Amino acid sequence: MVQIKDNLVGIDVGGTFTDLICFDSKSKSYNFTKVFTSAKNQSQGVLNAIDKASINLKKQDLIIHGTTTTTNALLERKISKTALITTKGFRDVLELGRRTRPFPYGLIADFKPLIPRNLRFEVEERIDFQGNVLKKLNESELLKILKKIKELNCDSIVIHFLHSYANSYHEVKAKNLILKNWPNKYITAGHEILSESREFERGVTASINASVQPILENYIYDLQQRLRSNGYKKELLVMNGNGGTVSSKIVSKEAAKTVMSGPASGVIAATYVSKLSKVKNIITYDMGGTSTDVSLVVNNKPAVSSETEIEYSMPVHVPMVDVRTIGAGGGSIAKINEAGLLEVGPESSGSDPGPICYGNGGKNPTISDANFLLGRLNPKSLNIKENDKIKEDTELILKNKISVKLKLNNYQSAEAILKIANNKMANAIRMVSISVGEDPREFSLFSFGGAGPMHACELARELDIPKVFIPARPGLTNALGCLVADLRQDFTQTLNTSLEETNIKNLHSILEKFRSDGVSLIKKQKVEIEKFYIEFSLDMQFLGQTHIIKIPLKDAKPSKNFINKEFENVYFKRFKVKLEKILPVIVNINVSVIGKRKELDLKKLINFTKSEKISYRKVYFNGKWHKTPTYLRENLFPKFKKTGPAIIEQLDTTIVIHPKDNFFVDDFGNIIIEIYND
Amino acid sequence: MIKVDKITLGVIQAGLQQVCDEMDLSFSRSAFSPVISEANDRSNGIYSAINGSLISQGYNGLPVFVGTMEYSTSEIIRLIKEEKVEKPYPGDIYIVNDPYLGGTHLMDVRFAKPYFRNNKICFWLSNTGHWPDIGGSVPGGFSASANSVEQEGLRLPPVKLFKKGILDKEIYSIICSNIRISEQRIGDVKAQEAALLVGEERLNHLFNKFGDKLIHNSIEELRKSGSNQMKSFINQIPNGIYKSKAYVDSDGIKNVPLEINLEVKKQKDKLIFDLSKSSLPCIGPMNSVFATTKSSIYLAMRHIFPEVAINGGAFEPLEIRRPSGTFLDAVYPRPVSGCAAEVSQRIAEAVFLAFVNVLKHRITAAPAGTSGNFALGGFNDLKDGNFVMYQLSGGGYGGNSLNDGISNGCSTIGISKAPPVEIMEQKFPVLYNHYSIHDKSSGAGEFRGGFGLDYEIEILCKEATASFVMDHGRFGPPGVLGGTDGGKNKVKIKRKNKKDYVPEHLSKEQDLRLKKGDKVQIQTPGGGGFGNPKKRKKHLIINDILEEKLSRKDALKIYGKKII
Repeated sequence: MVQIKDNLVGIDVGGTFTDLICFDSKSKSYNFTKVFTSAKNQSQGVLNAIDKASINLKKQDLIIHGTTTTTNALLERKISKTALITTKGFRDVLELGRRTRPFPYGLIADFKPLIPRNLRFEVEERIDFQGNVLKKLNESELLKILKKIKELNCDSIVIHFLHSYANSYHEVKAKNLILKNWPNKYITAGHEILSESREFERGVTASINASVQPILENYIYDLQQRLRSNGYKKELLVMNGNGGTVSSKIVSKEAAKTVMSGPASGVIAATYVSKLSKVKNIITYDMGGTSTDVSLVVNNKPAVSSETEIEYSMPVHVPMVDVRTIGAGGGSIAKINEAGLLEVGPESSGSDPGPICYGNGGKNPTISDANFLLGRLNPKSLNIKENDKIKEDTELILKNKISVKLKLNNYQSAEAILKIANNKMANAIRMVSISVGEDPREFSLFSFGGAGPMHACELARELDIPKVFIPARPGLTNALGCLVADLRQDFTQTLNTSLEETNIKNLHSILEKFRSDGVSLIKKQKVEIEKFYIEFSLDMQFLGQTHIIKIPLKDAKPSKNFINKEFENVYFKRFKVKLEKILPVIVNINVSVIGKRKELDLKKLINFTKSEKISYRKVYFNGKWHKTPTYLRENLFPKFKKTGPAIIEQLDTTIVIHPKDNFFVDDFGNIIIEIYND
Repeated sequence: MIKVDKITLGVIQAGLQQVCDEMDLSFSRSAFSPVISEANDRSNGIYSAINGSLISQGYNGLPVFVGTMEYSTSEIIRLIKEEKVEKPYPGDIYIVNDPYLGGTHLMDVRFAKPYFRNNKICFWLSNTGHWPDIGGSVPGGFSASANSVEQEGLRLPPVKLFKKGILDKEIYSIICSNIRISEQRIGDVKAQEAALLVGEERLNHLFNKFGDKLIHNSIEELRKSGSNQMKSFINQIPNGIYKSKAYVDSDGIKNVPLEINLEVKKQKDKLIFDLSKSSLPCIGPMNSVFATTKSSIYLAMRHIFPEVAINGGAFEPLEIRRPSGTFLDAVYPRPVSGCAAEVSQRIAEAVFLAFVNVLKHRITAAPAGTSGNFALGGFNDLKDGNFVMYQLSGGGYGGNSLNDGISNGCSTIGISKAPPVEIMEQKFPVLYNHYSIHDKSSGAGEFRGGFGLDYEIEILCKEATASFVMDHGRFGPPGVLGGTDGGKNKVKIKRKNKKDYVPEHLSKEQDLRLKKGDKVQIQTPGGGGFGNPKKRKKHLIINDILEEKLSRKDALKIYGKKII
């Protein structure tokens, strides 16, 4: 059993960097490193990080790993060759979708289904919505199809039958038959990954699972081999999109759950860190080079959604931390539009050539360039050689493309770019929070990522958010998330009966079964669990509705009366209306089992060092230059207090504090900024 | 007037947009009916107190409402001035669905609320929501053969449903006594009201932040910049006259096509739209009220130039002449239930066809352009209750200069998702036999059209009545620049021991009686092809053959390429 006195390593692979945090149990101290991500095979980067941090793998007790292997495979469509077997008459469901288009306006669109039509096969079988078998599974036809699939050299198979959430009999039967005649275990039956009605969403989710399963399995196998040959013998846990972890031994079975796990680990760390500092409600704000991830944490619980869409018409309906992406990052391009107004994004300079100030031939002014010219972005952090030349280039391009047209000087227009960008992000963040019924003013802005702490103060001011929270290691938040994440298993089953007609004993036994399944699954993984938390809930609606609302339950034995009352309450709280004449319906039953690990001591995330020396640099705020004190983060001990303007530099980010904003360092080394609002 | 700096202007523009987006979100989130909550068949906006012109509208509002709400608000303002409608007080909300007063079909119910500041009306806040039923002869309201508006449902002139913040129970009970499934409507009415209250609160916030003067000046500046933005886009179109025609299959009663005859004159910074040579008013419900006709042109232009900000200024360079005496300017009591869902899409198609030669990179070949409305209703003996089911479906989009059209895309005027087969079977007494690509429906071209949808349902209850309001059954969506037309819309009824039945009007029929075991097959249109098929790249043809979307024979016949 792994206990907290043991040595732990968290490794998170991001788009550009692979981050590592290692906890040493003896000294209770942390060791960090950052290396470039090895895109082709992420495990090389992982090994490089371990090397660079001089970690002795023989002495480590647990490695927790976040990987974007599956997300990247999907987005780049470098997926396994997967075949679909589905109910006769329905092979095009994956291609037809839900009759949509990507944007309300503009009819030029492109869409390629995950599995091409020639790999989608139909077999005779049919089950109705109540689970009755209308047509038996034609087994000999199935075997013929299997033969064809073999000839086509597919790596994996999805079995996706209509109404399998109501009765999985045919899917199970087909799977067993295929297992006997198929060389590997890459067979996904739709109901196993998602037992919920909606054939397009379930079908795509299952297809995602099948098409990344071999990729994840190979990756994890390779990584384990490398770790083992370097002396590591213990458990490897992998991050899931729900913010929990699972053992590497079973992770690829439900590979779809690892998709989008990158942003989830950041949210998990943010939740953990803010809870220690006794802050309950946060909006996480992670701004990177091309985009910004935002999510809500209410009462120290991250919002979880089962309706994530990875890109247009690619739903993955497994529970995931609800992280929304806003198309604005350091590389977002500023331009003057046809109406003569300044616009920032959605176009981005990407990482190649990137912003002008990166010196790689960027030709468009970006958010980073504005930060650079205003003295906020530390030129040293850019690692550029011909500093003056690049400054000249940036000034010239900004002048020609923006300043002249706005009749402003370059500094004014750089500030305007930031203002428009912050305004845009603020509006998007408001939409995210009110879409889940929350008012952003009741939150703290938890800011991380490379660019987040540069914008946080202004953004908070726009949103009327009173406090900004900047953790000790803003640029390593995701790796920290790996280190502190709990183990987690989620279960969902569609019921779809009116409360009146519901067999309550059946409901109780499903809740109980999911609970015990979850507990035993987690117990099998060799990690010490301090406590189990179980979350029971029902998705409900009124008869005639299609949208659902989540009703939390106290235990696995709710009475009908209790359910009815809770539904009424929750519905009224959200919609301010009572609909007494209409029947409530239970759509889905949900159970989440969370295995809580012991708390980690985060006080030594920063190795504080004393220094009285303060340097100054010129930074532009509100139309003029300010002589601004510049601190090193490790020199700011807990209880340090000051009023802005200030710049705080650390390896992984630059924190910009505006004039009149007060800030202090809390006991854990986090910086709390109180936003001045007149 | 003080000039507002460009940066503040941008921030205020985003602020106004945000108010509307939050109203949209609030409306959808709290609405009872799936038509609004899931299908987003609703829109919210802010309008001028003086003339009702559009100040801002939510980005995710239903496209066809882009121009109707401005029209509707201006009619309310006019009627108040003429003392035909009661004067507004703070907290009042008017309800109106009269198509002839700036509407669409009767199911689209508008709420309008005066926004007061310093005891004066400063703006109007308004929203539209599609109610699942508004009375009339057909459940759901999509009649295929009504011959006057009275048959289509309950018509409400602007009346105050909320007086100083309180719901008028008497008016509400009159409404409820005239519509089906009325017990659910309170959920939607509350949601519609709540959205307006959200708008009010957010506007207060904006005013407090920037001050009244700055906001009013900015709105004026934004109107001008919106107009300039549209002008700069339409100046990509050379001066001259652009003509096109599009056809509605029939009016549902008299089986002859209705012609939309469009002539656009590009002159200086303006586009002048003339539809006066279109068909005469029709007997059936395919007339379009002028508000919808106008709105269809606006939404088509916005599909072409999605970057344009939506405010009244953006519409100023578009001069739309009132096509009096045609079916595109319906007056009382002409029936209009087909205008918002079908005729509007033909008008948009005419706009696309008029400009495609000069805006090749912005316009696709014709999309399916129908909402594919199939309504089924009756008594469900399996569940012991009445039911009304709609299956709306998409079709293929036109090919374009970059790629093939998508399959089963949403209607041109809508943004709503179709419900899944599993949900339909749970809720209604039907069984789907297939749900697939409409074979051979794609128009050929260098870039081909997307495919339509092909589905068949079997009736499981003893009896039911079906109605169809669709289009493009007579002619497929036109291909452009050498591309061929997309496949037509087809409706077929299959009964045991009887010959298959095809409606006389092909895409329209009302009150067709069906029995248990009867099957209905619907095939929706495919998109038109873009460019000469002979120029289609070989690898694309090979891929279509591989995916069984094209036969080898057709590859040779249509594309002139022999693929072995």
